[in-house]
This record gives sequence, C-alpha cells and structure tokens, in this order.
Amino acid sequence: MAKFTLLTGRSLTQGVGKEEGKFSERYIQEVSTCQIDPEDLKILNLKPGECVRLTTEYGSVVLRVAASTLVHRGCVFVPYGPYSNILIGTKTGGTGMPNFKGIPVEVEPAPGEAVPDIKELLVKTYGRVQ
Amino acid sequence: MKVVSAVVCPCCGNLCDDNEVYVEDNKIVKVRTECAVSSSKFLNYSKERNIKPLVRVESQLKPTTLEDAIERVARMLVEAEYPLLYGWSNTSCEAQKKGIELAEEVGGVIDNTTTVCHGPSILGVQDLGDPSCTLGEVKARADLIVYWGCNPSSAHPRHMKRYSALTKGRFRAPEQRKVVVVDVRKTPTARNATLFIQVKPNQDYELMAALKMLLQNEEIEEQEVAGVPVEQIDELAELMRSCEFGILFFGLGLTMSEGRDRNIDAAITLVRELNKWTKFAIMPMRGHYNVTGANQVLAWQTGYPYAVDFSRGYPRYEPGDTSAVDVLSRGYNDATLVVASDPVANLPKDAVKHLCSKPLAVIDPHMSITAYMADVVIPSAFVGIEAEGTAHRMDGVPLILKKVVEPPEGVLPDVQILDLILKRVRELKRGR
Amino acid sequence: MEYLLKNGYVVDPVNKIDCERMDIAVKDGKIVESVDESKAKVIDVKNMLVMPGGVDLHSHIAGSKVNVGRLFRPEDHYKDYEVKSGVRRSGVGHSVPSTFTTGYRYAILGYTTVFEPATPPLKTLHTHDELNDIPIIDKACFPLFGNNWFVMEYIRDGKLEECAAYIAWLMRSIKGYAIKVVDPGGVEAWKWGITSQDFDQEIPRFGITPREIVRGLVKVNKMLGLPHPVHVHTNQLGIPGNYKTTLKTMDAVKDLATGDRSILHVTHVQFNAYGGVDYLSFSSHADDIADYVNKNPHVTIDIGQVIFGDTTTMTADGPFEYKLFNLLRGKWANADVEVETGAGVVPITYSRSNYVHAVMWCIGLELALLIKDPWRVFITTDHPNGGPFTEYPRVFSWLMSKKARERVLKRIPRLARVRTNLKDIDREYTFYELAISTRAATAKILGLSNKGHLGVGADADIAVYNINPKEVNPSADYKIVMQAFSRAYLTMKDGEIIVKDGEVVAAPVGRTYWVNAKAPKDVEDVVIPEVKKRFEEYYTVKFENYHIPESYLACSAPIQPLEPLG
Repeated sequence: MAKFTLLTGRSLTQGVGKEEGKFSERYIQEVSTCQIDPEDLKILNLKPGECVRLTTEYGSVVLRVAASTLVHRGCVFVPYGPYSNILIGTKTGGTGMPNFKGIPVEVEPAPGEAVPDIKELLVKTYGRVQ
Repeated sequence: MKVVSAVVCPCCGNLCDDNEVYVEDNKIVKVRTECAVSSSKFLNYSKERNIKPLVRVESQLKPTTLEDAIERVARMLVEAEYPLLYGWSNTSCEAQKKGIELAEEVGGVIDNTTTVCHGPSILGVQDLGDPSCTLGEVKARADLIVYWGCNPSSAHPRHMKRYSALTKGRFRAPEQRKVVVVDVRKTPTARNATLFIQVKPNQDYELMAALKMLLQNEEIEEQEVAGVPVEQIDELAELMRSCEFGILFFGLGLTMSEGRDRNIDAAITLVRELNKWTKFAIMPMRGHYNVTGANQVLAWQTGYPYAVDFSRGYPRYEPGDTSAVDVLSRGYNDATLVVASDPVANLPKDAVKHLCSKPLAVIDPHMSITAYMADVVIPSAFVGIEAEGTAHRMDGVPLILKKVVEPPEGVLPDVQILDLILKRVRELKRGR
Repeated sequence: MEYLLKNGYVVDPVNKIDCERMDIAVKDGKIVESVDESKAKVIDVKNMLVMPGGVDLHSHIAGSKVNVGRLFRPEDHYKDYEVKSGVRRSGVGHSVPSTFTTGYRYAILGYTTVFEPATPPLKTLHTHDELNDIPIIDKACFPLFGNNWFVMEYIRDGKLEECAAYIAWLMRSIKGYAIKVVDPGGVEAWKWGITSQDFDQEIPRFGITPREIVRGLVKVNKMLGLPHPVHVHTNQLGIPGNYKTTLKTMDAVKDLATGDRSILHVTHVQFNAYGGVDYLSFSSHADDIADYVNKNPHVTIDIGQVIFGDTTTMTADGPFEYKLFNLLRGKWANADVEVETGAGVVPITYSRSNYVHAVMWCIGLELALLIKDPWRVFITTDHPNGGPFTEYPRVFSWLMSKKARERVLKRIPRLARVRTNLKDIDREYTFYELAISTRAATAKILGLSNKGHLGVGADADIAVYNINPKEVNPSADYKIVMQAFSRAYLTMKDGEIIVKDGEVVAAPVGRTYWVNAKAPKDVEDVVIPEVKKRFEEYYTVKFENYHIPESYLACSAPIQPLEPLG
C-alpha cells in the first residue's frame, strides 16, 4: 500500500470517446485506466495492464494501470468519469465545487481482482438494476 | 451530396466555426475539420444515441410514447417540493431559456455544469472582476501566452492553432510568441512550450503569490516555492513583465484543486497587477460548447450565473447551498430533471447516490450514463447537427449553430421538448 | 381595441399642447381623431397629466458588458428582487436589473421606448438576445465604430464612400440603428496599454486622429441618411480638464452642418464637462459647454446625471474604466473586442460628501438648466453609469424645483457648492419642458416620427401620471412630482394597457428597430468582397457567421434611411 496523490482530469481520448458514447469501448477503457509514472510502477511492482486498487477516504475502486511519463512522481492520474468519481468526496467548502484534484489516495496492486464492468459498477454503487 | 460550410462545432468552448460538413441522404458522410474531437462528434454522434422515449418499468427501461414521457416528467416536477433542474451546458441558449422558465414555474433550483467546472472562476470574478478580451485580441497581439492548470492539446485541441500560439495575427506572427505552461504534470501542451513550470499539486496559490512578489521586486527568502526554484519563477515574472500583450488561460487545474476560488482570486489579482507594467488579460478555458451561454442566459434573466433557486418565487443565489453537489449531497431535492449533461458520470459518488434515489428524468440525445439510471428518458436532437441554436464561445462571442441534417423521426430539439413539458406543467397546476 | 382617455391634462410639445384638457382617442394601436364613445373603453383621467410614453435614447440595458455587470455583482441584486406574479416573471434589480425586470420598471415609469447605446458588432447577437427578453418597450441598439479597424483604415486612406458602404453593410447585417463612437481611437490605443488618447493625437499604428474619425463618420452618416446623428462619447471622459476636448469635438464638425439640423449628439456630457488639472482642482465647466450648445444648433446633448448611491459604471471606454479601477481599487472587468472596440465595468458609490462626486452632481443639472433649448438637451443618467434609471423621477424633481436642489446643495461639501454655479440658477423646468426633454425631443432626434407625441397617427404609447398640473406647484411640491413620475397611473403601449396604477398588467413583446442602411450598389459590390477577404485575417469567426438573420429579432421593425443629404 503506497500513499499517492490523485489527480482527475480530461484526456483527449476521453473527449473523443465521449462523443462516441459513454458506453463505447473507447470511453470506458479510457476512464477505467489510471496513469502512473513508470518508476513508481516499478516500486509498486506493477506492470502496465495489471489491476490496481485505489482508495481515498470517500471510496475504493479497482482500475487497470498504464505507464505515463507525463505524470508527476507520486501522483496517479485518472480521466474524469464514473470510475474516478467513486474516489471523490462531496465537501465543497461553501463553494459548490468538490475537490477533484490533489486528493490523498492509497494505491495497491490488486492481483486476482478485475476492473468492474461499467454497468455492474453503476448497479452496485447506485442501485436501479437494469 | 451537399456541402455545408462555416459550420459551428458543438463540442468544446473553442466553438470553432470553420468546419465543412458533407451531407448525403440526410447523413453526414465526411467532415473537413482539423480537430479529432470535432471529427468524432460529426461522424459518430449517432452511434450510441437513443431515439425512443423510455420509461422504467420494474427496473428496466422500456419504450413509451413521447406524450407519456412528457406527462411523467411534468408530473414529477409538479409533485416535487424542490426539484433540481441540472445540466444545460450542451444545449442551445433557446433551450436554456425554457429551462429557466420551467424552473421558475415549479419553484425548483436550476444549476449548470459550471458548478463543477468553472464555478470557482465565477466566484473569483465576483470578488475581483475580469480583465479579459475576445480570442481575436490574443490572435492579433499576444506575444506571451500562459496556460495555467489547463491542457488545450487534449481538451481544446485547436486552441493554439486557431487563437493563440500558432496563429498569425495582424501584429504578431507565431514565431514572435512565447508559450508558458504551468501544470502539475508535463501535459501534451507542455511539450510545445517555451517554458514549462511544474508546480506541486495544490500549491498554485503559493506560486502566484511568489510571482506577484517578484513582480514587485520583493525578495523571496525560500529557495523554491511550490516545488519551483525561485530562479524559474523569476524567469516567468520577467517574461510577463516585459511582454507587450500577455494572456493567462486557466483551467480546472486551478478551479478544482485546494483553494478553488481563492486560486482564481490569486490569478485575477496577478493579472490586475500585471496591467501596471503591460497589457495583460485572463480567460477561463470553458469546457462544454455552451456552458458560457448557460451562464450568460441565466445571468441576464435572473441576475445570477448558476445555482439559482426559485423556491421563494424569485431568484436566489448561494453557491455552497443552492449549487447542485451541495443540494444533492445534503439530500435537499426530491426529484431531478437532467438536460444535456451526464451527472452520473461527472459528479462525486455521494451526490450521484442521492440523485439515483429520487425520481430522475433525462433529456439527452445520447444514451448517457445518467439516462441509463433514469426513470424517464426523452431523446433529443443534437444542437449544431440536427437542430439550430445559439451558443456562446469561451470569450463570450455568440454564434448561431446550424442544422445540418434532420433528426430521426419523432426526435425533437431540447427547446421544443421543454416547451411541451412547461405547457403540461401549467395545465397540471391549473387543474389543481 | 378602442380607448378614450377623457379629461386629462395633455402635454404634447410636438403639437404645441401645454396642459390642455383634452381627450385622447386610441384605436388599433394608434392615436386617432376620435372613437365611438359607446363602443370604446372610456378611462377617466380627470386632473391627471397625460404625456407621450417616455423615449430614452441612451440607457445600457442589454448586451455583453451589461451582463458582465449583472454577473459579477450578485450583491447588486440580493436586496432588490421581484417575485413572479401574474404576467410578470421574477427578476432582480438594482443598478443592473435582469431583463424582464428592466422592461417592467421602465413601463412603470411611463417609458415605452429605450435604446441601448453601445453594442460591439461581433457580440450583437447577444445584445439582440437580451433585447428580445426585455418586455414591453420598443428598443434598438447602436453599433460601435470609433475604434473599428476597417473604419479607421478607410478614413486614413480617404475612402469615405467605401467606409459608408462598409457601415451600411454592417448596420443592416447586425440590425443596428445608429453610428456610435466611444473614445475614438482611445480604445484601440488601450489595447496596447495606453490609457489616454488626445483628440488630435495619432492613434498608434493607424496614423489618424480621433478628430479625423469623428469627421469621417459624420460625413458617412450624411451619405447614408441614417435617422440619428452620430452619437459620440468623447475622448478623455472622467478626466479633469476634459471640457476642452468636448468643445473641440463639438466644434470639429461644425462646418459639416447644413441648416439647423443637428449632426452630432454628444452623450452624457456631465462626465466630459470637467475643469481643473487633478481631482483637487476639479471643477465644473458646464457653463462653457452650455454656452457653446446654446450658440451652435448642430449639436445635441444628453446630460448623464449623477445620483448619490451605489451603482455600476459600464462603458465601451475600457481605458477610462481602468483608470477608475485604479482610483477605487475594487472590482474591475475589461472586455476588449477584436477589431472593433472594448468595454469596462467598475462598481461605484457616488457619495454626497465626496467633493468630486458633489461637483459631478451639480454639473449634470447645470447643463440641463443652462442650455436654453429643451429640444437639444435630454435627461439621462447614462444608466447605470450615473445612476439607475429608476431614479429618473428624482432628476425630474431637481430640474423642476430649486427647493429640491437646495436640499441637496445644503448637504454637499461647502467647496463644491461654492465652486459651482448651480446654487445661483433659478430656472425650473415646466411639465412642458420635461416632456420635450424626455419624450418629444428624444423621439425627434432618433428619427422616430410615430413616437414622442400624441398627434393623430402616432403609436398609442401613452403615459398618464397622477398629478394635477393645474393644482400642483412642482417647485414647492417636488415630492409629489417624484411620487407621481415613479409610478405611472396608466401606461399604454401600442394601444394596450400595460401598467395600471403602478402595476404591470400586460407584457407584450416590443419592437426592435434597425436601419436597413444601403450604399450605392457598385461600391458595395467592391467593398463587401474586400471585407470578406480581410475577415479571415482580422477576426476569429467566419464572415458568413457574422450576419444576424432578421428572424432572430423577436419583433423586427426595419426603418428605411432618410434621403441622404449631399
């Protein structure tokens, strides 16, 4: 278990993917993948494509991991979406805006676990079975 | 085959209006655009769309008639004590106006995606003001372009080519411009920068304070601030002070990290200060193609740009209380109408939990993630492709979006759907 | 629908009627000779004042910079709100009211026509969108030209015919009404950070002076036969000593006048009538301005009166707002618009105890009282720059009552009282003069022949005020004047009752006037393609998207130009 900083944000693939549709393969793939610096991956003993569990004080979710030299050491970047929002809290400090970036997160490899299918994730978290 | 030119793209706040769309048999077959997102939109928009009104019957969404769907939405709004009407950023100003009228009619609260995007920027503007300009001024004059906490290469793909660093203006050629990127990570935009400054997450405020100090020739005792060596901060200060026309574009890196609206206060203060030495402006990189319009329309009709509550019969504005995430996470609202937005994908878990625990209706062209969870779904036409409408660019320049193809049979534009709901709401209220 | 307003005291200066007991007949939205009393709805307005509906030629009510003001001043709205009721949508005031509230409040004052005096062409779609949302009143907007690259280049190159063709094309493309000039050349200079532009100083990188811009545009206005003179906000607004610039500007076009026709309207002159060299030596030169206006019929002005209290300044004069920001150090918004113009917005509180504000307050009234011809001086507050339009009745009371003025004069700094002429002016406006300055003359200078009077054929835009001109002495009973003009007893628009006893009972859509300007076809055929070519270079929008379709206006009312002169 390692302490990282969570950043969520836009990515080009997420933007292109959302125009295709929120259940499109491209979108779901992009928003269920987190990006970590390759050096940090080594320390975590993770390979790109493997599963990792991210946990903040608000929630926990399993994502697939990708290597990226664009991410600061000690940070994990997740594109905006239904997966990243499991990790985000609702305190807005009177501003209306929750904290979407710079959140302390625990990162640990999740061998034997899988990235949840989007519909499963929605049903499990929010109910309204389809 | 016909060619429609000067087509305004309904994707991001760039609102580029120079696209060419080729139509054959009421289908878009080709689009001439320089942007991957735009291309995807025009060619793929109907891939995961929904064209049938749906209603949830025993946990499953089943097709229904438009009339039935309208009836259910109208009833939901009338029966609710405090409905939330949320979204609005991906539709036309005309539809936004109808939404406001509807919210006023049912005494609900209306909020748009600004609330989780540039809401803090608006709060900053309401504190200190907004020294700004239109994008053409940047094109004409800017020799220093700063992108702070935003990543146009990914989120606003044509920004640099069309409006800033890479375009030729009357007084400035691309080679006469410098680009500075300030971000927590080396984004694709940073790769093309003259100077990249990597700031520690949640410490943009400190960095701006340090910049201000150096501009005023004050001594900084530390070796580095916010993870940035003071020499580098000084380099940036000098670039800013000595330019002829500078622009600070900023994004969610500032609005979403710790400090939020205080980060924007710091940014606006920095730009105000810079005007002592040179001409400097600031501009938020608005995400959705008509979130600016949503703020503008709401402001001129109610006086306030987002998070407007009508429960007392007049507009009230209190971000932190009437804003969507707070309304939802505290469980204030007892029904929600979502228009042209996908809060289940975009809002934090606990807000979404409450959203899904109450009656939920969605008006959207896509089978969005929110639609997937809704009780009633009404399909709508894509503004800018299947329906005409007005939108405002990130710098406030208004444009009319064109109708390029006909929508599928029975699929109406948002503005018409909302009008039908409003009429039915009024009938139901009278019937009481 | 037919109406007969019986027994009122009619004031209709165009038709030389001064508080005469008369009936006014209305049919199908117009004033008619007579109606059948048995069929018409008879409204007894005995002992009340009947005037044409107010015509406000300069009030910032719609558009991008107005909305910046609304958006960044939520505190302006918190205490002043309107609840949804009957036909009325909800809304807010105070100095930058929301659109629905703007229409209702003007109607309650008995105003039926209000023009937005400054719109940046590139953002005029927004202006029209807001105008569409202002109920009841007829309106129009004036596009800004005084810092426009195309205009400055044509004038620099001596190409006035081409300039006229460009302006004609733009006017009808974006549905504008008149040529507006704000701080000519100064806003372009401000885009390089320069905050002051002298009337005879060359504008950076353009090689012409503001004088040349103003003269060029006055000539173009004549060529195009636009119904309203060039409407100018002069250089150096707000700066001590600026009265000289104002006089220079007025005099700069004197030789272009023909006959008695006014060819230049100088707006909110109060802000441009200052003497002294700094704010300590700040003084009024309203007398010099008034003197000039009295002797020179080619000029009309409106006063831009200051009201003590909180308000919001907003103008295309970006550099002025930057200077004001540096004085006040509060909020500041700036909005430079590519190729065309700019804007600035800064909140302000005018304080009775502030020497400069007090002198400003005196100046507006001095202008109105020292200029003898009410047909050439109009009452405005340059809403909201001097104060909200809802304070107009207070201004009326100051003009009609020396006693009312003295009440305020007693409370301003002694130095302000001593250094200005206002205390020595005895003149008091009559109802007749008031009607001229707020209705008859403004309609005339705008070229609206169906407005501002109650003659047969006029639009039935009528305001009835519950005040008996035969019994009330406005000089002594100025409070009654204020009360009566604050809430019209009856406002009628196009022959429909809009306001009854101060309450809005109907909210129809008003017209948006615009001028279908034209230049000779052979010139337009050359100019417009040239403009299209340079568009790509200058702008960030396509030429095709600049045009505003007529259908965009909720109720389009195009006007043909007058016969061009010479």
